[in-house]
Parts: sequence; structure tokens; C-alpha cells
Amino acid sequence: MEEQIISVKGLSHRYGDLKAVDNISFNVEKGKIFSFLGPNGAGKTTTINILITLLPIQDGTVSISGYDLKTQHKSVRKSVGIVFQEETLDRDLTVWETMEFHGRIYSLPKDVRTTRIDELLKVVELIDKRDELVKNLSGGMKRRLEIARGLLTRPKVLFLDEPTIGLDPQTRYSVWDYIKKVNKEGVTIFLTTHYMDEADQLSDVINIIDNGEIIAKGTSNSLKDEIGKDMIYLETDKDEKSTQILKKISEIKKIKSSSKGLVISLNVEGSRFLPKLIKKIENEGIEIKSVNLKKPSLDDVFIHFTGRELRENQEKKKNKSIMGGMN
Amino acid sequence: MGAEFLTIFWRDMVKFWRLKAMLFASLIQPILWLALFGPAMGSFFENNMMTMPSVTGVVSVNYLTFMSSGIIAMTILFTCLYSGIFIQLDKQTGLLKQMMASPMEREHIFFGLSLSGTTKSLIQVIIIIVFGLILGVRFFEGFAPINIIISLLGILLFVVLFAMGLMFLSLAIAMKIQSHEGVQAVITLLTLPLFFASNALYPLESMPIAIRAISSINPLTYFINGIRYFSIGSSFNSFGTQYTYTNADILISFAFLFGFMMIMYFAATRIFRKAKVV
Repeated sequence: MEEQIISVKGLSHRYGDLKAVDNISFNVEKGKIFSFLGPNGAGKTTTINILITLLPIQDGTVSISGYDLKTQHKSVRKSVGIVFQEETLDRDLTVWETMEFHGRIYSLPKDVRTTRIDELLKVVELIDKRDELVKNLSGGMKRRLEIARGLLTRPKVLFLDEPTIGLDPQTRYSVWDYIKKVNKEGVTIFLTTHYMDEADQLSDVINIIDNGEIIAKGTSNSLKDEIGKDMIYLETDKDEKSTQILKKISEIKKIKSSSKGLVISLNVEGSRFLPKLIKKIENEGIEIKSVNLKKPSLDDVFIHFTGRELRENQEKKKNKSIMGGMN
Repeated sequence: MGAEFLTIFWRDMVKFWRLKAMLFASLIQPILWLALFGPAMGSFFENNMMTMPSVTGVVSVNYLTFMSSGIIAMTILFTCLYSGIFIQLDKQTGLLKQMMASPMEREHIFFGLSLSGTTKSLIQVIIIIVFGLILGVRFFEGFAPINIIISLLGILLFVVLFAMGLMFLSLAIAMKIQSHEGVQAVITLLTLPLFFASNALYPLESMPIAIRAISSINPLTYFINGIRYFSIGSSFNSFGTQYTYTNADILISFAFLFGFMMIMYFAATRIFRKAKVV
């Protein structure tokens, strides 16, 4: 059995009447990249804040690296690193001072600090900026500095809360590369994100979290497999009649109708099945307007489990809060 | 308690040195008081109180010398109380969250910042004394060189107690109150009453009884007593008012400031330990 570095049982957290985290349980295997995927307000940051001891445990038990979160919070603090969602840098310090400050408040000995700071600044390619003030760095550089800082104490687990939020695509990819690099060195990564591609690219294990609950977990592939091997988007002039015909085919796992036609999940590989499907429909005298074969994406997985799109969901929330403000 | 507070101190001093303009800005106000208010008020008193008999055998000091201890107190009061706002900046930049998530005990955060605030105050006090002497403040008059050194050490000791106490107070307020505007309002509401209900600019004896009552529990008054004792002497006369400080008076002042500092330390410890920053 793999070693569990984080073990969470029955964790709940309330802010007044609002239940932010609702009885979640999970284990994180050592050396893996573990992620929470979900919309804003799903409870991701609250969970992280509890795990890094910034919020008290209200309900449930947590053990990190063998330490009990409730009774040994100082040991937990020593064994985790954190990169917060928002920037947490002192802009009037230099890159080196930022690292030195962090090393000193974690009581790292001077010789360890000296070698490790330069080592890490090389890893995140900021060694040339050693004496530059933080306020003169670009957004991506600041993110890399925060990652380097999070690693300075050689944490057993590095928490990354939305690590690429607000970064341009190119910088995102380079941050992903650093995250993978760090993970290869043996650091367990706990990642939260609301970006599908980020969860897909980085994670060994994905947990889909919504309204404070984990609603699905697995690897990216196993989650996709759960909703079918391949997907066909089909548009015809008689969608209802088509559905009746297709329901009888054993290779088809599920049919959903959407505003743009039918979404068909398959049990088999799509490229070999598609000609058969087209023939069958056309034989019934139905005209096909468009057909599209694709591999299921995490977006599809998310829609499958929550019944709505991640982005759509956020828009709705935003609208709701605007409406609330107007009342 | 480890030595992590020295790291907090170090960071603040690095920034202080980098933003030297702040030091100069903080010195403009006390120097204006000494250069403009002091002489103007002094000559007003001199013109109106010429008839006052001076007591023989007692040192008589001018108004500028009398009020300069008050100006020292005012500078420390303003510098330290407004320093609490720095922790609000750390809240805004998120660095405070980073510190709160570290294994370091919370006391280090405010203790380190208090230490740097006190260091800034010591620098200011030394500069004000030097400027004051140039502008005609008659400190240490008739003191033997060894007494001047002892007096300076006494002043610095009182500055440390007073400044540390004020720093603990302002950091506790800034940590407790969530909004930046709220902190600013409370601090502003605190500074001027503390300043005016003290013996900084005028003798306690001439105050209405209510203000006198406030001033008797005002740490500023005890601090100023100490500074006057060390800089002018145990017995002097200023515009008809006779001042005598016995050793017991100075010990009481010391004890009061020490008590003030310790109470503020415990209050800040409590607030920082309980604080949630997410």
C-alpha cells in the first residue's frame, strides 16, 4: 500500500450559517499531485486554510505527515509549504531578502539558507534577479518566487492555491513545468484550481468539489472513462426520432439532448463506430446536419457530475450576487 | 521564545533604511514646533509674566527648553501609534498571512515590529535633541560630563519603555480592527487627547481638574516627567512654576511606564494569538 501523507476524515467547516466544507474525506498519497477542481466558492481555499492551520478545525480529523492537525499544529506548519491564491509578497524587499526572511522565520540555519536560496532561485530562473526589488518583477516572476519560497523549508507537502490565476498562457505553462519539476523531486503537491486544463495536465488524482462536497474522484482518465470512451455530437433534422433509434444500440452508453443536438457517450472507440451510426440514421431517412467525434474532456466530466458547466456556474453566481446587491 | 522577532525587526529596518525619506518627513513636524511654536509662545509668556518673581537659588529655564521634552514625547507618540498601520499593510500584501502560517510564535510578529518602531524613535529623539541644542534648548545645563552621559542613558531608557508600550498598543489596535479606515480613525482619536491631556506644553497645575485627572493616568505625563528630570534637573523654575522631582517621583514614573508597557504586551499577545487572518 502507498504511504498516505495527508489523511482527512469527515472534515466540515461553517462560516456562521454557511456550510463551506461539508463532511469531506480523502487521502493524499506521498509523492503525487493531488487536486481539487471546482468553481470559486466550492470550498477549496477553506479546506487549504484548515490544512495549513490558518483556520481552526471545527469538525473532523486531519493528519499531515503523521502529525495530528489539532494537537501538533506547530509540527504541521513545519512540514508544509504554501503558495496562496493571491500574491503575498513584500514589494519593498529584494528577491533574496524575501527568501532570507522566510528562511529565518522558519529558523533554518544560516548555511542551509545560503545554499538553498541560490539553489532554488536557479530552479525558478530568478538567480539574475537576486537583488532586484520585488515590485520590479513581472507577474510570472513573482509567482515563481512564491513557489521557490514555498519550497525553501523542504516541505513534505506543498499547497498551491490556484497557482496560475491571472497569469498569461505562456507563463502558466512555465509555472506548470516548475510544478512538475518540483513534484519529480519528491514533493507531494496539493493543488486547487478552477481551470480544467490545469487539473488535467498536472494531477495524478483529481477531486471534483462543488458546494463543499467531493462529488467525484479519480485520475483524469478514469473520470473521463466513467462518462464513456468517446463522445459524438450529432445534429439532425429529427433529433427525437434519432434518439429512439440510437437507444437500441448496445455500443451507446448514454444519450443527452442539448441545444446543439445530441451528445452521445460510447462504450467503444468512436472512429470505428461512427460510420455504422451514420448509416443507421440515414437509412431511416433522417438528414444529418453535422457530426463531431471527440474524446471526453474534463469539461464533459464536470458537466456530467454537476449537471452544469464550470464557467456557466460562475456566471450564474455572479449574476445572483449582482441581483442580491440590487435588492 | 526564540529569536525570530529579530528577523521581523531586520526586515522592517531594511525597509526603513531604503525609505529614508520617511525619517526626514517624521522630523519636520517636531522641528517646526521647536523652531516656530517654541520661540513664539516663549516670547508671549515672557512679555506677560515679566512681573513674576523668580525664585532665587533655583535654575530657571525658558519655555523652549520646557516644551522640548513635550515635543520629544509627541514625536514618539505619533511615530509609534501610526506605526501600527504597517501591520495593516502586511495584511493587505498578504505577508501577514504568510507569517501567521509559519511555525514562529505570534508574539514575534508584534515584538519585532515594536523593536523596530522603538529604534526609529530612538533615532528621532537623538536628532531632535541635537537640533534642539542648536535652536537654543538649554538641556543638560550645568551638568558634569559624567552626569550628561547618565542623563542620556536615562532618557534612552524612558524612550524604550514608552515607545515599546505605544507600539504594543498600536499593533494590538491595528490587528484587532479589520478595516484600514477604522484603525486610522481610532489612532487619530487617541493621539491628540493623549497629547493635550498631559504636561507636554503647559504645567499640570494650571489645568482644569478633569484634564488633570486624565493626565495623571496618561503615560505621556510620566514619560515627560522622566525626560525633564534627566535633561533639566531635579529642581527648576519655569515661568513662575516651581518643579521638583524627587527620586521617588522618578521611580514612580519608571514603574508606571513599565507597567504600561507590560499591560500592553499582554494585551497584544492575547489579540495576536486569537487573531484569524485568512
